[in-house]
Amino acid sequence: MVTAVEAPDRLFGKAIKRREDPRLITGAGSFLDDIKLPGMTHAVLVRSPYAHARIRRIDTSAAEKMPGVLGVFTGQDFMDVNPLPAAWQAAGVKNNAVTPRVLAVNEVHQVGDPVAVVVAEDRYLARDAADAVVVEYDPLPVVVDAKKATEPGAPQLHEEAPNNIVLEWTCGKDEATVDAALEQSEVRVSSHLINQRLIPTAIEPRGSIGKYDPATDEYTLWATSQAPHVHRLLLGAFVLGVPEQKIRVISPDIGGGFGSKIFLYYDMPLVLALSKKLGGRPVKFFEDRSENYLTTTHGRDHITDIEIGATRDGKITALKVKTYANLGAYFSTVAAGIPTTLYGRMLAGCYKIPAIHCKVIAAYTNTAMVDAYRGAGRPEAAYVIERVCDLVAQATGVDPAEVRRRNFIQPEDFPYDTGVGMLPYDSGDYEKALNRALELVGYEQLRQEQKARRERGDSKLLGIGLSSYVEVCGIAPSKWIGLPGEGWGAGLWESANVRVHLTGKVVVTTGSLPHGQGHETTFAQLVADELGIPYEDVEIQHSDTLGTPFGFGTYGSRSLAVGGVAIYRSLQKIKEKAKKLAAHLLEAAEEDIVFENGKFYVKGSPDSAKTFADIALAAHVAYDLPPGMEPYLDETTYYDPPNCTFPFGTHVCVVEVDRDTGEVKLLRYVAVDDVGNVVNPLIVDGQIHGGIAQGLAQALYEGAVYNDDGQLVTGTLESYAAPKAHMVPTYELDRTVTPSPTNPLGVKGAGEAGTIAATPAVANAVIDAVSHLGITHLDMPLTPERIWNAINQAARS
Amino acid sequence: MFPSAFEYHRPSSVQEAVQLLANNPEAKVLAGGHSLLPAMKLRLAAPAALVDIGRIPGLRGIQVSGDGSVVIGALTTYLDLLDSGELRQGYPIIAETANVVGDPHVRARGTLGGSLAHCDPAADFTAVMLALNASVKAVGTGGERIIPVDDLFVGLLTTSLNPDEIITEIHLPAVGGRKLGMAYEKHAHPASGYAVVGVAAVIEIDGNTAKSVRIGVTGAPEYAKRATAAENALTGQQLTADAIAQAANVATEGLGELNGDVYASPEYRAHLVRVMTRRALTRAAGLS
Ligand SMILES: Cc1cc2nc3c(=O)[nH]c(=O)nc-3n(C[C@H](O)[C@H](O)[C@H](O)COP(=O)(O)OP(=O)(O)OC[C@H]3O[C@@H](n4cnc5c(N)ncnc54)[C@H](O)[C@@H]3O)c2cc1C
Repeated sequence: MVTAVEAPDRLFGKAIKRREDPRLITGAGSFLDDIKLPGMTHAVLVRSPYAHARIRRIDTSAAEKMPGVLGVFTGQDFMDVNPLPAAWQAAGVKNNAVTPRVLAVNEVHQVGDPVAVVVAEDRYLARDAADAVVVEYDPLPVVVDAKKATEPGAPQLHEEAPNNIVLEWTCGKDEATVDAALEQSEVRVSSHLINQRLIPTAIEPRGSIGKYDPATDEYTLWATSQAPHVHRLLLGAFVLGVPEQKIRVISPDIGGGFGSKIFLYYDMPLVLALSKKLGGRPVKFFEDRSENYLTTTHGRDHITDIEIGATRDGKITALKVKTYANLGAYFSTVAAGIPTTLYGRMLAGCYKIPAIHCKVIAAYTNTAMVDAYRGAGRPEAAYVIERVCDLVAQATGVDPAEVRRRNFIQPEDFPYDTGVGMLPYDSGDYEKALNRALELVGYEQLRQEQKARRERGDSKLLGIGLSSYVEVCGIAPSKWIGLPGEGWGAGLWESANVRVHLTGKVVVTTGSLPHGQGHETTFAQLVADELGIPYEDVEIQHSDTLGTPFGFGTYGSRSLAVGGVAIYRSLQKIKEKAKKLAAHLLEAAEEDIVFENGKFYVKGSPDSAKTFADIALAAHVAYDLPPGMEPYLDETTYYDPPNCTFPFGTHVCVVEVDRDTGEVKLLRYVAVDDVGNVVNPLIVDGQIHGGIAQGLAQALYEGAVYNDDGQLVTGTLESYAAPKAHMVPTYELDRTVTPSPTNPLGVKGAGEAGTIAATPAVANAVIDAVSHLGITHLDMPLTPERIWNAINQAARS
Repeated sequence: MFPSAFEYHRPSSVQEAVQLLANNPEAKVLAGGHSLLPAMKLRLAAPAALVDIGRIPGLRGIQVSGDGSVVIGALTTYLDLLDSGELRQGYPIIAETANVVGDPHVRARGTLGGSLAHCDPAADFTAVMLALNASVKAVGTGGERIIPVDDLFVGLLTTSLNPDEIITEIHLPAVGGRKLGMAYEKHAHPASGYAVVGVAAVIEIDGNTAKSVRIGVTGAPEYAKRATAAENALTGQQLTADAIAQAANVATEGLGELNGDVYASPEYRAHLVRVMTRRALTRAAGLS
């Protein structure tokens, strides 16, 4: 494994085990459903069985009389609670952002829409009473497909959004220019790609506990939240109209989120409002898996047409993309940003493409809301451009690896502007990662083996799939992401406070927070290195708006590149002050002070050193400070980076397709990723592993299916194929290291890379296996039946 | 996932259990609970009472006699089946199948009696027991009887058991001096792990010929059934790749309308039945 920082005494680059794990693995964690408060009550929702209907009547009388029931409420009881806010108003979203209310009023727009809530002494009683609420509906026509939703005569979901259109958005060169470039291209290919809807499937579903304190008029919310500060802000300023300082949000241990826990959900204000109605008794809501599948956000769901122009030797000359993005029944918190900024603006991939035009039409349908899901827009973009490379390869006869090589942005081109409105790519060496991956997998031999099998008519077809991806991480620069009309109208900086106790022990409070990523370990490694103190002396605190500085949360692979850098900067400030104090105590000039391995000494006399703990004590007792210096070592940073970071790499997947049944066997999976400098290789490998599992699961297994009535057919884990250990191969990982020039740590981000890269690698491998039969494209998930059908059809034609 | 309220009984004998069933027509037997409890949690089943037979002594265990005949207690788990060295001697297909049921948790809790009584259209052992020509011992308030598995499965999630009857034992015939070849082929659903299609084949091999053939098919038909057309096609034939392929080609005949879902259509299931029958027969015949 290659690591950039070789100094042996540093923790930066060391694969130490996560300090979180003993607690989490032994069941000693505290997740939302573990929390029991005195007097706690339980809320269960009555949900719509219809995907689209008018609510005629709700009769709560029978339920109200049932044992243990404390109250039954409908949407009319919460007209003083505002709908949830639409936080990311990408260009084109005007007044048509329709967001959910805590409970539906008058109309439901998806199966599972909450129409009433029962609060009872325990969850069993609440659930029984919920079954006793009688709701009469007048069903309305349903549409579940984004493209059909925009066609004339389609059922209309919201008055505010004619033709169900949320936004129409373009990026890149104007259409006419790209049409002309296509016209002039030697080779032209077009294709129709469906990036199917996925369900994030965090092991822990979502939930919230609300507690109102009538004595202080304060609210506390425990929520499965990837962004507690943002949730507090949105709840206070937009939904409840309560001053922010009167709300505290706590995010306990989180069992995964994959994006689905970034957003503000109806249950969060609901439990707070209910607790107030009940005079301050805490109210817990915790969705079960079926509810999670129905109403927690989904991901992807694009219908895309592409037109490609290329030269005969495989250089891409023009790309035109038109995408229908399904946003579901309502506008989720940052939904508009995903198919626009994070998708359209990443369509160039790793390649120099002179003419790109992308148009995105996002639509409402009678399905679950769609928002960010691991990778968020970038997997959809990588899928398009990596399919484009293979389509060009197939049309020109140039090897797929060579097509990529011929189009790569070169190392000397950085910073590189792809011309589609993304910030300039920071750094990269795409060919190096590709070459390493090909070498590891033994590409040439595999191609020969493939040829041999084809020639002898072997029923086990070999396929080799490549994916050279680039993604955007460290999502931040406020001046870019906050731009009204483009971004979400607010910054995305991060914060960190570093406090040194009198004993020299260090507490870091951070606005970033983990939901599986190991922040407590990685951040502590940084601190121990910078201050030269034992790793055990560092405590990382997070996840509670009381006691942590404002942070925007964990998503977009941004914790280290933004939040970690905020910590790093605070540490520099601490060191600077400590050095001044050391100079004072050692009676030397500051310039003559050396700080090394946790010790301050005067250049040339390391024997009379002050330890970091000595300085911490001196700063705290404060009777001998230099003139003008404040007591204590305590520094805060709000860090807003100048650019995003752009990790990249090449993944290669090798599959065997059974010609008789269409079954796919994963033979090899090689991933060479470049995530910049690596603080903890073990954690990065874990992120890559999990990411690949999710990415390949989209290619082979997962797919949320609604029928024409808007019922989720894949509504349980018995029908929705989330990947399990026996369904994924052994990963062969390697890295190249191209530090990011954007931040002082040189880090890029690793949380989503695997997911982004894996889907096209696996899809390309399967299609490659059957390409000699004349098959150019297959939609995902690549189930045996789909492949078998394609082979049969190819054989017939 | 919260079931409706129910009463809970824990009888200590089979007699007490069947009496409870007779007295509570809305009651259900609880064995390993790995089919019943999920259904209750989804509120697809809401029995008024559960009769938990899990602690009744003598219902768990495997006995192999000198002639190779086998008695398996109804509460015997998949894990027990997997671990039994004796069973592997005459009936290796049982361990082979137990190994592909669900996951380790399911195998540790799920029981053979429960699987047969539940008659899930995608269960594995239904097909295997058909192929093995097994029978069950059923005990009710009216006494006990032996039901050949051929007569046990009668519809989707439906058996010929009376509401007050409990399966107490599963019987496998004596092997005697016969040479039996057997194999189970499974195409597992990527989400549930259940059989999209499962084919169990048992061939009595006499020299080079198939003296008798039994094939159980699960997943594809409405409930587990025998592929009699394929059995007949191969019976008495020389065990060659050709003969097996011809038999496999008619494997769907007589299975009735086949299941379809978003994962696999009836057409694809039919194709799998044919391919997997060929593979199961080939292995059972020792040709692979
Ligand atoms: C995640 C998961 C995956 C699974 N995968 C598979 C798989 O791949 N293949 C497969 O075959 N099965 C699978 N199963 C089902 C599992 O094998 C069940 O445990 C089994 O089918 C039923 O056995 P049980 O002991 O759990 O029965 P229970 O759930 O206790 O009972 C099932 C039904 O049978 C009745 N019953 C039980 N025992 C008796 C008896 N002795 N006499 C009369 N009636 C009785 C009960 O009243 C009930 O109606 C899976 C289950 C789960 C939860």
